[in-house]
Amino acid sequence: MAESTQKQKPKRGSDGEGTGSGEGPQKLAKKGAELKEEMDALVDEIDEVLEENAEEFVKNYVQRGGQ
Amino acid sequence: MAIPKVMGTEIEYGITVRNDRDFDPIASCVLLVNAYREEHTSRILWDYDQENPLADARGFQVDGEKYTPNQQENIARNKTLVNGARYYVDHAHPEYSCPEVTNVRDLVLHEKAGERVVEISRREATALLPPGAQILLYKNNSDRKGNSYGSHENYLMDRRTSFKQIVEHLMSFLVTRQVYTGAGKVGSENRAHPCDYQLTQRADFFETEVALDTMVKRPIINTRDEPHADREKYRRLHVIVGDSNMSEYTIYLRNGATALVLSMIEDGAIRKDLSLRDPVRAIKEISHDATCKREVQLENGKKLTAVQIQREFLELALQYTASRPIDAITRDVLAKWQHVLECLERDPMLLAGEIDWVIKKAMIESFMEKKGLDWESSQVQMLDLQYHDLRPDKGLYYVLERQGRVARIVTDEEIAAAVSEPPEDTRAYFRGQCLKRYPGEVFGVNWDSISFGIGDEPIKRVLMGEPLKGSKVHVEELLEASPTAADLVKNLRA
Repeated sequence: MAESTQKQKPKRGSDGEGTGSGEGPQKLAKKGAELKEEMDALVDEIDEVLEENAEEFVKNYVQRGGQ
Repeated sequence: MAIPKVMGTEIEYGITVRNDRDFDPIASCVLLVNAYREEHTSRILWDYDQENPLADARGFQVDGEKYTPNQQENIARNKTLVNGARYYVDHAHPEYSCPEVTNVRDLVLHEKAGERVVEISRREATALLPPGAQILLYKNNSDRKGNSYGSHENYLMDRRTSFKQIVEHLMSFLVTRQVYTGAGKVGSENRAHPCDYQLTQRADFFETEVALDTMVKRPIINTRDEPHADREKYRRLHVIVGDSNMSEYTIYLRNGATALVLSMIEDGAIRKDLSLRDPVRAIKEISHDATCKREVQLENGKKLTAVQIQREFLELALQYTASRPIDAITRDVLAKWQHVLECLERDPMLLAGEIDWVIKKAMIESFMEKKGLDWESSQVQMLDLQYHDLRPDKGLYYVLERQGRVARIVTDEEIAAAVSEPPEDTRAYFRGQCLKRYPGEVFGVNWDSISFGIGDEPIKRVLMGEPLKGSKVHVEELLEASPTAADLVKNLRA
């Protein structure tokens, strides 16, 4: 059986601290900028596929109760 | 010694039809289920003789009318699939019950195959509607207006373990596991306290601790005693408290940790009293706290967070497995369980690639920040709903998946194969193979039986009371030696 895979794995710190201590402020800032860029790209993609008439759509989504 | 945890899930999907003023959910469900066509299997009955949803695990039978549709209605509402699953109309929702599996990796595979099957039927059924009309389906559990529909897990248990023992230890586990099983929801409903965002779709709907109901006054532990197997030997624990999950990692951990705890209960390995003082209150308090820091009160007066209680269960599981041979999947479940609890203690948002409620929350918050929206905004509510949309191009979970933002357990190729191949190590194999090989002669199916109508002979029902028998190892030779259903029945008699 194939092994389970993980594409993203948040860093595990044995000491329970936040991000690794080896990263200087510059590196962190760069990482932050990359992260922001990535998030912007995600928001843009979601914006493209999100239902346009959100208010009406959400209002009209009514289900009969099930189990 | 605990018995193997054969398991499966039943998922009810939300359904609506766009541009159809006369939308009728039941008629739409019937259309949907019948639009899914597998060769020759469209005339097979679901065998209601074997069902008894009114039996209570606490040892009594509840009054009420058992639902038995006529033949035509039966065929219109039920489809048994060649992968061993059942796809059918349950009340006003399409429901997919996956075939029985022996491990959580296969469970992920078959629950995901269910999404594909339901999506295929959605496209086929939509093509039959007037131009402009479109069926839309959601793998979630609430319309956010007080109506909920279920996501049920089933686990095979040893009859010798009393229901009382199960309830005693499982209650606090089920109430606290939502920190990693929740699918996330914007706001609250069903008269629960207001909140911006909560961990689960379902917590607002649980009103009592233990009962037989599944549709009103829902209980945290359901007592339905319908083993779908030899009832002298087995129980089927019917867990109704979970959410419909999109994340493979979440599904894997949800069923993996639960199955482990159930094995521990069977082996008497939970010797700690983790009982909650008020589980119905706790389930909502925990769900409504996205920081996962809120403490709930135990029966012994102590106060702990849900994560701390889960830690106790994990410690017990590590002790339990230390002295036993365990397989690679169980070891992996333990590692993921530990990883998730560590992250939840530090910062739940670290799990934005693994756990549904966090994935959804991170997505919504990014969107809110960039667009300057708040939790009340209809676009935010739309994001919540559309996370569960089954259309591959519109479903936001699938968008995140395509971008590699969520952890995978299985591959798309494996999921595609599971649409038409049953698991090989349970009786689902025999069921699926019979449908593939003798579609014209299979008359009726239930989880624990399959019956054949051959020529003018009386219907021949084959009972399958052992979920682990009828596997490929057991029946491959028999099937190979039986080119026709008549041969099969003859060979079974021999």
